[in-house]
Amino acid sequence: MNVTLDQLPLGTPARIVAVDWAALVPEEAHRLRALGLEEGAEVRLAYRGVFMTRDPIAVEVGRMTVALRRVHARAMQVEAQEAMV
Amino acid sequence: MSRHPGVVALVGNPNAGKSALFNALTGARQKIANYPGVTVERKAGRMLLPSGEPLELVDLPGTYGLDTTSPDEEVTRRVIMGEQPGQAKPDVLVCVLDASNLEQHLVLAQEVIELGRPTVVALNMVDLAERDGLVLDPEALAAELGVPVVPTVAVRRRGLDDLAAAVATVRDAGVTSPPRARAHLTGPERRMMARTMARGATLSETSVHRLHARMDQVLLHPWLGPVILFALLFVVFQAVFSWAKPAQDGLDALFSAGSAWLRATMAPSLLRDLITDGAIAGVGSVVVFLPQILVLFFFILMMEATGYMARAAFLMDRMMAGVGLSGRSFIPLLSSFACAVPGIMATRSITDPRDRLTTILIAPMTTCSARLPVYAVIIAAFIPARDVLPGVGLQGLVLFALYGIGIVGAMAAALVMRRTITRGAASGFIMELPKYQLPTVKDLALGLYQRGWIFLRRAGTMIFTVAIVLWLLLNFPRAEPGHDQVNASIAGHIANGLAVVVEPIGFNRDIALSLIPTMAAREVAVSSLATTYAVGATDEDARAIGLSAQLKHHWSLATALAFLAWFVFAPQCMSTIAVTRRETNGWKWPAFMLGYLFALAYVFAGAVYWIAVAAGLG
Repeated sequence: MNVTLDQLPLGTPARIVAVDWAALVPEEAHRLRALGLEEGAEVRLAYRGVFMTRDPIAVEVGRMTVALRRVHARAMQVEAQEAMV
Repeated sequence: MSRHPGVVALVGNPNAGKSALFNALTGARQKIANYPGVTVERKAGRMLLPSGEPLELVDLPGTYGLDTTSPDEEVTRRVIMGEQPGQAKPDVLVCVLDASNLEQHLVLAQEVIELGRPTVVALNMVDLAERDGLVLDPEALAAELGVPVVPTVAVRRRGLDDLAAAVATVRDAGVTSPPRARAHLTGPERRMMARTMARGATLSETSVHRLHARMDQVLLHPWLGPVILFALLFVVFQAVFSWAKPAQDGLDALFSAGSAWLRATMAPSLLRDLITDGAIAGVGSVVVFLPQILVLFFFILMMEATGYMARAAFLMDRMMAGVGLSGRSFIPLLSSFACAVPGIMATRSITDPRDRLTTILIAPMTTCSARLPVYAVIIAAFIPARDVLPGVGLQGLVLFALYGIGIVGAMAAALVMRRTITRGAASGFIMELPKYQLPTVKDLALGLYQRGWIFLRRAGTMIFTVAIVLWLLLNFPRAEPGHDQVNASIAGHIANGLAVVVEPIGFNRDIALSLIPTMAAREVAVSSLATTYAVGATDEDARAIGLSAQLKHHWSLATALAFLAWFVFAPQCMSTIAVTRRETNGWKWPAFMLGYLFALAYVFAGAVYWIAVAAGLG
């Protein structure tokens, strides 16, 4: 079952299957790609931001942790990886 | 091949440990300047080849790729391509990689190697990779990339000789033969390739023991995180004002003593007055802030070096988003509490140009350390030292309120600007959260030394010049004997004109006069008021009664409150204006900054004055 990255439960490993690049500002899309947040990336939602709004979020991609806003995460469809090593 | 001192450039992603490697290779002999025409810092130093031959080493701003988005990254691309004016094309490129994050860092490395220039890869921070349970094979990576790969640990000076030797080898070999990775790939292809190469170079990967993940559990905790951040900020401000105090008093005493000694030894003359009243008083009044600036920068450098600063930006992002900014703006605004000049320079890391401009424009509203002497003198003279609540003094409360009004003003201004002059889609917040690291004493000391030196050089040149010019304006033309020198001087004439403008907000001529030299720096207000009342006094006894008593004699409480209100907003700092001009490439935005902040200061001071008068404090 696919959800967007911001809806992923904390700590669940997942793979980005589709990104709605058109929904993002070009520079931000560029930056997300540069940080490896694009189709095929294996990610894990690591932290949610300050109480109440839960924004921004921090995502682990590879061995890196990247902070981004929920609005960016909403453009990313992820597939939860059930059996991860 | 030419034999003039060659140039080596360090290229790498942000957080690859480039600066630490640069410091390790060059030692303390570094030259920091700006690239001509742009506001990006150029850091250069000298590294030695094994033969003893010196090369110039340039540390380029961190970038994720050669198709760039920010001014910093653009400089990196241009230097590599040899298109940056004033910078010789590098003979050798050293690509710095974080050994524990190869699949990310190898993307840029491929791009750099594709250029076909003499290149060496520094596999940096291998010790941290080992701590994370990663065992790497540099030779396998070198075979894949087609360039030498040297494992290094910059902070422990490991691998530096090997790196220098590799640099010499590729420099002498010239352009290397194209490896198979040299074919031009698309972005996603490069990333696939990076993943494959990272896997190929990894001998073993045990279950990762990640200390930083556990620290983030606490430091990024939804409610504990902000509590820790604010507690830390509280400690920082306490330290800025209490730790720096003894050193500050010492410097102050030193300048007074120097001045007194000159007065005692030199014959009375205009030259002597120029040195004591102009040069020493002017420069001294600024240099006394060196300890505070060093203490604040100590904390800021610590927060940056440990990786906590990015977490602070993460925690503050939501709040900043409320006024249309992002967490990235928090870092420059925090620096601005010491001084808006480094704060405005720190906005370079903000990629969104509208975000950056807004941050620059509101930075002068954060209460910088130069306002403190002004606040301190006025509060001590006019606000009674009594407790409103047990342990909460009225004087401290007023000071706190002045800080608070500055912050609220800055946030309100950002909100308005993001809807008007810097209108646009709300900026996002995308930022790598680097691994936690223990900063090395050497890197920290070097950073502090560089900040301190930049500050002192500014005091020695710009502020020195302004102090001399103001002294000349106050002393020429000379008054007829028996007439008031201040009134006769050029500055006096300007003050009399200005007094008409500031009378409606409760300011008298003395304040108008002090506001002119205060354009150089806010803290000058104190010394210029002291001078004005000293000149007004006819004999030494009257001079000796002190500024506080003079102020109480000449000013009403309403005037004093209006004066405090004025300084919350008034952009009276030449350095801030100059740095804004430099950072925005023109006079348009500094002119706007002057205009809107003076307007705010005028309206707010006027409002405070008339409310106070209406309340019977006039």
